Amino acid sequence: MVEASSVEIRKVNKYYGQFHALKDIDLSIPPGKVTCLIGPSGSGKSSLLRCINFLEEYDSGEVLIDGQLIGYETPGGRRMAPRRLRQMRSTIGMVFQQFNLWPHMTAQENVAEGLIRVRGMRKRDAMERAAEALTRVGLSDRMGNHPSRLSGGQQQRVAIARAVAMDPRLMLFDEPTSALDPELVGEVLNVMKALAAGGMTMVVVTHEMGFAAHVADQIAFLEAGELVDVDVPSRILREPEDRRIQSFLRTYHERNLI
Amino acid sequence: MDLSIFSEYGPRLLSGFRLTIICWLLGTVFGAALGLLIAVAQRYGGRAVRWALQTYIELIRGTPFLVQLFLLYYGGPMIGLRLDPLPAGLLGLTIYGSPYFAEIFRSAFRAVPLGLIEAGRAIGMTEMAIVRRILLPVGLVSALPALINFSIILTKETVILSIITVPEVMYQTQYMATMTFTYLEGYFALALFFWVFVEVISRLGRRLERRITRHLIERT
Ligand SMILES: Nc1ncnc2c1ncn2[C@@H]1O[C@H](COP(=O)(O)OP(=O)(O)OP(=O)(O)O)[C@@H](O)[C@H]1O
Ligand SMILES: [Mg+2]
Repeated sequence: MVEASSVEIRKVNKYYGQFHALKDIDLSIPPGKVTCLIGPSGSGKSSLLRCINFLEEYDSGEVLIDGQLIGYETPGGRRMAPRRLRQMRSTIGMVFQQFNLWPHMTAQENVAEGLIRVRGMRKRDAMERAAEALTRVGLSDRMGNHPSRLSGGQQQRVAIARAVAMDPRLMLFDEPTSALDPELVGEVLNVMKALAAGGMTMVVVTHEMGFAAHVADQIAFLEAGELVDVDVPSRILREPEDRRIQSFLRTYHERNLI
Repeated sequence: MDLSIFSEYGPRLLSGFRLTIICWLLGTVFGAALGLLIAVAQRYGGRAVRWALQTYIELIRGTPFLVQLFLLYYGGPMIGLRLDPLPAGLLGLTIYGSPYFAEIFRSAFRAVPLGLIEAGRAIGMTEMAIVRRILLPVGLVSALPALINFSIILTKETVILSIITVPEVMYQTQYMATMTFTYLEGYFALALFFWVFVEVISRLGRRLERRITRHLIERT
């Protein structure tokens, strides 16, 4: 395993037009640890996650990957050269809620694509490496299938293999299990747990409180674009100080008791 | 009906058929290629590029093919563009079809889910690679029915080339009809030819569509 990245988020602000989606966010993401982002719908979790690989542009503040600013040449300065941005992104894996597999490629081709186009590997080597990555997520018998012939859980595991095959130093997950039928959630979470155990830095937006409680090293709670609190899971989930967290957890438990 | 004329004029008609098919094929391929270029340039170009291309699209779509062809063939020499009938006809078909093809590609590209493109960006792919490897193949699949449909429309536009004396099937039929006064037989054969031609294209098109979308259909 390559060494894991750290992420430093400082005073980040993000606007959609007039709407203030992220307000002065400060967050330290230590290397090799799992950070979960939780909070109500619309609180800015996805926006914050997507600022980390600059899929979403932040308007002010800094996002530093291993001390290097992403997206801009200097804080508040010009946009960084596309080439540099691509190079930084290639060390950051991302997994989406909707999987976003390329429908015209087989599972194996999906995983090999980045290795060929970004890492410049030869097709044959890339396909071999893709096969290994798919085997690691338990899909050695599904490599030739197109996404339409895979279950949601299998698709998401292909998406994780696609990211992991690039040897990322940091992995971002945006509600990776939210689009899955309940019985398929476990297989994806297991793959994520194995990654975490391997020492990968992970930032996970999730509604799976069980995962957050057992796997996260820290939980950040957002509401209405503000980072309300960051702490170890036991503090956030069992004895939250802030009323907004208390009420969020109450709603969550009520919904899940029925 | 007098069918004996076909033994005399058969070879002429056959060469007309052949040229019609060639004109259609080249007009479709070049028109689609130009349309594709326009659609990609519109997506990635700046404001000025987008405006210029939109104007081009509206100009071409807003004028009759025959007028465009006359401008090209008879007006061209005045600005130093002297073309033989066939090249002029092919260029005309290409230009005439390009805005329709461009619109087909443009809306097909817009139908490609943003997530597929973001997945490419997140992994560090260049925009070029994203266009070639994701946007084009995924977009083409959804564009296919409209592409086939417009290429069928184009089959029938090729007859207009006869007016600038391209010896395609309409031209040959007219020639035969005026020489022999066999209007019914000639134009009946012409209608039959187009009907078969279009039928073949649409069947091949459907087969192609099935082939390409086979693995894309969600299993249920
Ligand atoms: N592209 C956009 N344009 C305008 N507003 C946006 C855009 N993306 C997000 N927003 C708004 O920003 C706010 C934060 O959105 P975000 O997607 O980050 O929330 P979230 O916490 O991920 O929510 P969810 O749990 O529903 O995914 C929301 O109010 C949303 O409506
Ligand atoms: Mg979200």
